[in-house]
Amino acid sequence: MDLDPVLLARIQFAANITFHILFPTITIALGWMLLFMRWRWLKTNQRPWLTAYRFWTKVFALTFALGVVSGITMSFQFGTNWPGFMEKVGNIAGPLLGFEVLTAFFLEATFLGVMLFGHGRVSERIHMLATFLVAFGTTMSAFWILVLNSWMQTPVGYEIIDGEFHVTSWLEIIFNPSFPWRFAHMLLASFLTMSFLVAGVSAWQVLRRKANPSSAVALRAALTLAALLIPVQIVVGDMHGLNTLQHQPQKIAAIEGVWETEKGAPLLLFALPNEAERRNDFAIGIPKMASFILTHEWDGELKGLNEFENHPPVKPLFFGFRIMVAVGTMMLLVSWVGCWILRRHGWQPERAPRWLIASIAGMTFSGWVATVAGWYVTEIGRQPWIVQGLIKTADVASSTPAPYIALTLAGYLITYAALIACYIGVLRYMAEKPSDTYDPAPTGGAAVLGGAQLARKAGEA
Amino acid sequence: MTWAEFLPVIFMGLMGLSMFLYVVLDGFDLGVGMLLHRANDSQKDMMIASIGPFWDANETWLVLGVGILLIAFPKAHGVVMTALYLPIALMLIGLILRGVAFDFRVKAQDTHKPLWNRGFFIGSTVTSVAQGWMLGRFITGFAEGAVYDLFALAIAIALPCAYVLMGASWLVLKTDGELQRRAAQWGRTALIPVIIGMGLISLATPWVSSTVAERWFSLPQLIGLLPIPFATFACFVALWWTLSGTRALGTLCWLPFILTIGVFLMGGLGLAYSLYPYVVMDRITIWQAASSTAALNLILAGCAFTVPAILGYTLFAHRVFWGKATELRYG
Repeated sequence: MDLDPVLLARIQFAANITFHILFPTITIALGWMLLFMRWRWLKTNQRPWLTAYRFWTKVFALTFALGVVSGITMSFQFGTNWPGFMEKVGNIAGPLLGFEVLTAFFLEATFLGVMLFGHGRVSERIHMLATFLVAFGTTMSAFWILVLNSWMQTPVGYEIIDGEFHVTSWLEIIFNPSFPWRFAHMLLASFLTMSFLVAGVSAWQVLRRKANPSSAVALRAALTLAALLIPVQIVVGDMHGLNTLQHQPQKIAAIEGVWETEKGAPLLLFALPNEAERRNDFAIGIPKMASFILTHEWDGELKGLNEFENHPPVKPLFFGFRIMVAVGTMMLLVSWVGCWILRRHGWQPERAPRWLIASIAGMTFSGWVATVAGWYVTEIGRQPWIVQGLIKTADVASSTPAPYIALTLAGYLITYAALIACYIGVLRYMAEKPSDTYDPAPTGGAAVLGGAQLARKAGEA
Repeated sequence: MTWAEFLPVIFMGLMGLSMFLYVVLDGFDLGVGMLLHRANDSQKDMMIASIGPFWDANETWLVLGVGILLIAFPKAHGVVMTALYLPIALMLIGLILRGVAFDFRVKAQDTHKPLWNRGFFIGSTVTSVAQGWMLGRFITGFAEGAVYDLFALAIAIALPCAYVLMGASWLVLKTDGELQRRAAQWGRTALIPVIIGMGLISLATPWVSSTVAERWFSLPQLIGLLPIPFATFACFVALWWTLSGTRALGTLCWLPFILTIGVFLMGGLGLAYSLYPYVVMDRITIWQAASSTAALNLILAGCAFTVPAILGYTLFAHRVFWGKATELRYG
C-alpha cells in the first residue's frame, strides 16, 4: 500500500490539534468560573461555593496538565510536520507564537502552582490575584494563537520578498479581517463547553444520588450561563459565517454543498455530497433559505465550487457544519428548558424531573463535539492551502518518510485514546467521591489557615 | 559587528539560557521521576510533592527554547526537527506520560496509583533518554555512521544519569529524614557515571568533530579555557565530599544542588563554545538561519520585558514554596 506522506502528516497534526483543543477549551473558561466561585465564597461565605471551587480546581489541574503536554507536542510538530511553513512565514508566525509563550504560557504555568497549592501560604488577595492571572493567561494564549490562525485564513499586512514573507503592518496582521469573529466565536465556545461540563457533571452527581451541597449551586451557575450565552453564540456564529462568505467563499460553498453558482440556493438539511460527480445525492432542503441567510435576499446569488480552481473537500465541511449546528440547537433547547423547569423547582435538582437531569448529564461533553466539528469546518475549509491562497500545505510538508510518520502516528493515537478514556474515567470517579474527602468540614472556624498555623500543623504531623 | 549581525548572537544566548534553565529545572523533575520506584509509598508522595508546584512551569522553558529556535532561526528549525524526528516523537510521548501521570496519580482510585507511579517513572526515563540521544545527534551535526551512533548512545545514557544526580540533590535540599539520607546515597551512586560520561563526551567531541578540536586545542585559547574543566572537576570533588556520610543532611543541604548546577553550567558553557557560531554544527551558522532583522527586533523588545518578568515570578513561586516540601493540598 502506498501511503501519502502529506496526508499522513496532516492526519498526525490534526490528531494532535484535536486532542489538544479539548483541554484548553475547558480551561480558558473554567479559569474564570473558578474566579467567580472563589469570589462568591469570599462574598457570601456560603460553604457550597468553596466546595465547588475545591472540586473544580482539581478538574482544572487535571485538564490543564493534559493541555500543557499536548501543547508542547504541538510546538514540536510545527517543525517536524511543516518545516517549510516557518521558513516561509517565520517572520510573521514566529513573533506571534513567541508572544504566546512569553505573555501567556509562562504566566499560567507558574501561577498555576501558587493557585493550586498556595492557599494558606500566600495572602487571600495574592491567591485571588494568582487565580486571576491563570485565567488571564489562558485567555491571552487563545488570543495569540487565534491571531495566527486567523491570519492563515485571511492573510493581510505582509509583502513577499524572494518567496519569504515580511511584515508591513503588525496592526493589520493582528486585527486581520476574520480575527475578531473567530476570537469571539472561540471564547464563547469555550464558555459553553465549560458550562455544559460543569452543569453535566453536577447533574450526573444528582442522577447517581452522589450529590453534595455544591452540586446545586454549580448546576445553577453553569446552566444559567449557558442559557445566556448560547443565543449570543448563534448570532456571533452567523456573523462569522458572513465574514467567511466575504473572504473565503469557497468554504461557504462547500459548507452549503453548492456545486454550481446559483440564485435562490436551498438550505440543505441533509444530503450526501458526491465528490466524483460533483453533485448532492438524496438532498432535502428548504428552498431559497441558504441564499436568504447568507445574502439576506431570497434570490441572492451564491458562488458555487465550480468558480474555484482549488477548493476544500466537501463532505467533511458539509457534515462538520451540520453536526456543529445540531449540537448548538440542542444546547439552546436543554439550557432554556432546563432553566425554566429548574427555576420552578426552586433550583433544587433533586426535585426536578429525572429526564431533565439525565438530559443535562447527557450534554456533559457536547461542547467538545461542537468545538471539534467547528474547527474541522474552518481548518479543512482552508485546504489545499496552509496560508489561504498563498502557500499550499503540500509545499511545506516535511520530507520524513511515510513509514516514520505512520509509526509515530500510531504511537500518538494510542496515547491519546488511552488518555481521553482515563480523563473521563477519573472525572467520573472524582464526581462520585464524597465531597468531604477534598473539602473537609471546617474545624475551629477559619477555613483558611495562615502560614504560621500551617507550619505548626506540619510540625505536629 | 553591526546591530543586524549582533541580533542573532543575542538570540543564540537567549536560546542557550532557556535550554540551560530547562535542563536544570526540568532536570530535577525528571531525575525525581527516575528515582521514584526506589522509594516507599509515603516517600513517593513526598518526592512528588517537592516538584508539584513547579513542574508545569519548568517544562515551559523547553517550549521557549524550541520557540526561539523556531522564531529566531526558522531556517535551522526545520532541519533540526526533521533530523530528530524519531527521538522527538519518543520524547513527546514520554513527556505526555510523565505530565498526565503526575496529575492522575492523586485523583484516580487508590488501586490505580501504582500504575500511574510506574507511568511517571517510565515517562521520565523515556524523556531523558530521548533528550540524551537528541543532544548526541545534535553535537555532531547529525553526522551519519556507526561511530556517531555510538556517541549518541553514550550521551543517551549519560544525560539521564546527570538528571538523576540533579533530582537526588534537589531531594536533599527539599526533604529531610530517611528520604533525604537515601537521596544523598542515590546522588553519590549517580555521580560516578556522570563523571565518566562527561569525561567521555569531553574527549569524544573533539575526536568526532575537527572543528571542535581546533577550537579547543590551539593556543592561546586553551589557556583561557582551562578554568572550565578545572571548575567542573572542583564541583565533582565537592559533590563527592558533600554527598558522603551525613555532611549534606544539615545546614549544607543546599550545597549539592548548587554544585550540580555548577556542573551543568560548565557543561553548557563548554558546549556553547564548541558550537558557536553554528546552529547546526558545521552546516548552518546563526546568521544564515536567522529571521529578518525587523522580526528579531520585535521579539527582542518583547523579551526585554517578559523574560525578566518571567524570571521574577518564577522566583516568587519558589519563595512561596520555600523550605522543605510539605504534603500538597488543593486549596
